[in-house]
Amino acid sequence: MREKILAVIEKNSRIDIKDLAVLLGESEVAVANEIAAMEKERIICGYHTLINWDNTSDEKVVALIEVKVTPQRGMGFDKIAERIYQYSEVEAVYLMSGAYDFTVFIEGKTMRQVAQFVSEKLSPMESVLSTATHFVLKKYKDHGTVIAEPTQDERMLITP
Amino acid sequence: MRNPLSDTIVSIPPSGIRKFFDIVSEMKDAISLGVGEPDFDTPWHIREEGIYSLEKGRTFYTSNAGLKELKTEICHYLKRRMEVSYDPDKEVMVTVGGSEAIDIALRAMLNPGDEVLVPQPSYVSYVPCVTLAGGKPVIIELEERDQFKLTREKLLEKLTPQTKILILPFPNNPTGAIMEREELEVIAEIVKEKDLFVISDEIYGELTYKNQHVTIAALPGMKERCVLINGFSKAYAMTGWRLGYACAPEIILKQMLKIHQYAIMCAPTTSQYAAVSALRNGDGDVEMMRESYNQRRRFLMHTYEEMGLECFEPFGAFYTFPNIKRFGMTSDEFATRLLREEKVAVVPGTAFGDCGEGYVRISYAYSLKSLKEALGRIQRFICRLEGKG
Repeated sequence: MREKILAVIEKNSRIDIKDLAVLLGESEVAVANEIAAMEKERIICGYHTLINWDNTSDEKVVALIEVKVTPQRGMGFDKIAERIYQYSEVEAVYLMSGAYDFTVFIEGKTMRQVAQFVSEKLSPMESVLSTATHFVLKKYKDHGTVIAEPTQDERMLITP
Repeated sequence: MRNPLSDTIVSIPPSGIRKFFDIVSEMKDAISLGVGEPDFDTPWHIREEGIYSLEKGRTFYTSNAGLKELKTEICHYLKRRMEVSYDPDKEVMVTVGGSEAIDIALRAMLNPGDEVLVPQPSYVSYVPCVTLAGGKPVIIELEERDQFKLTREKLLEKLTPQTKILILPFPNNPTGAIMEREELEVIAEIVKEKDLFVISDEIYGELTYKNQHVTIAALPGMKERCVLINGFSKAYAMTGWRLGYACAPEIILKQMLKIHQYAIMCAPTTSQYAAVSALRNGDGDVEMMRESYNQRRRFLMHTYEEMGLECFEPFGAFYTFPNIKRFGMTSDEFATRLLREEKVAVVPGTAFGDCGEGYVRISYAYSLKSLKEALGRIQRFICRLEGKG
């Protein structure tokens, strides 16, 4: 049941427990308990809203930063990551395989703000060897959802 | 001037759905629950393959029976999913939708006066196709108390010495009924005993919500009596690609192929290339769509119960077939008033045969959001009817 609950709420976290129970053919109590358990186990870590900021009057810049680090004795990647992700500007941090170590997503009001964060906070960190900053120009698809105009149902109204 | 028309075609009434379609088309803002096709787009890897085949300039005819590669994949699929083996060289042909397969199977098998048993309610084209092929359609009226399944009694009742073919339309459009293994075994026994043939239209075979679909062709001694029809429209959301297939013993398929060769030449090449990808890499897509339909099916059944709309539980396709008899009007009246008063389009059960009277077909090939809105309106409509009644 967990997989099915997750598959539905990953796409629609606002669905009523009642509706969810109906969709899955389970009792409301069972579904509610399962969700509570998954929250406790940190399988479900939050319920967010997918916002297309481009359609608001808010200015926002998102940058993806490739970060190379040197893990030091007694301080593995996790510790370094923690020092990075504690900043509120940091949206996401992933440890990567390949040519660099961390992908850091930064959100700021202006490009300058982001640049400042990189030059004043991220780069000076002891373990950080180098950074490469890439600004996001346009989001086409995010979290499995296409950010373009909604598509119309073009089917004929009645077909056999 | 002489009458330019054939008496046979003039005698065939236009599809009952057509008339309703015309009324619905006038209404711009109606919500429709009336379609018989998936709401999903064709999965991208399948579309990609179609695009790629165009880029490569694969814009020629294929052999009459279809691409060898596709026929081979069809056989693998049937073996893997339906436990029935066909020879890709001699027993499979690719058609323009399942519809063409129905037509040419009947034309290849019928002689004047042969009777064809057509269980109804069912898809609109069986009866006209039988008539056009010179056969005589004999209707078997299925009933809600049997969950719209074909039973031994119903079948025996309509058998005559002239009966040659039984059409088996399961999982069923419009009722959503399915036939399970034991029920098919009963039918298969009669078919063998009475020396009949079966045209089994399994276009909804991937969309069942109980046990996995069983084809009658897989039952002992049935393959040689069976034309198995399937296609890509429903399982892979590929209606517009117009691609289906028929599997049959060589002796029948050879003749079907002749008609196909003269009337059609070959199924669309682009669609055939795309379909190869559907069969090779599409299992996950089918699974995802099936789960999604199943969720909406549960939602509909639950909501019907809440609003007091009687409906037997369907386990196949993407249709429900609620019973509207207690409102004291015909299916046509119910559907027309629902459309005029609440702007929701459903299809009157009578479009699928006279015995569909007292029912309407409600499709759940729609987003949950649309279903919710539409069901809200249906509930309001029903409440009003009850208030008056």
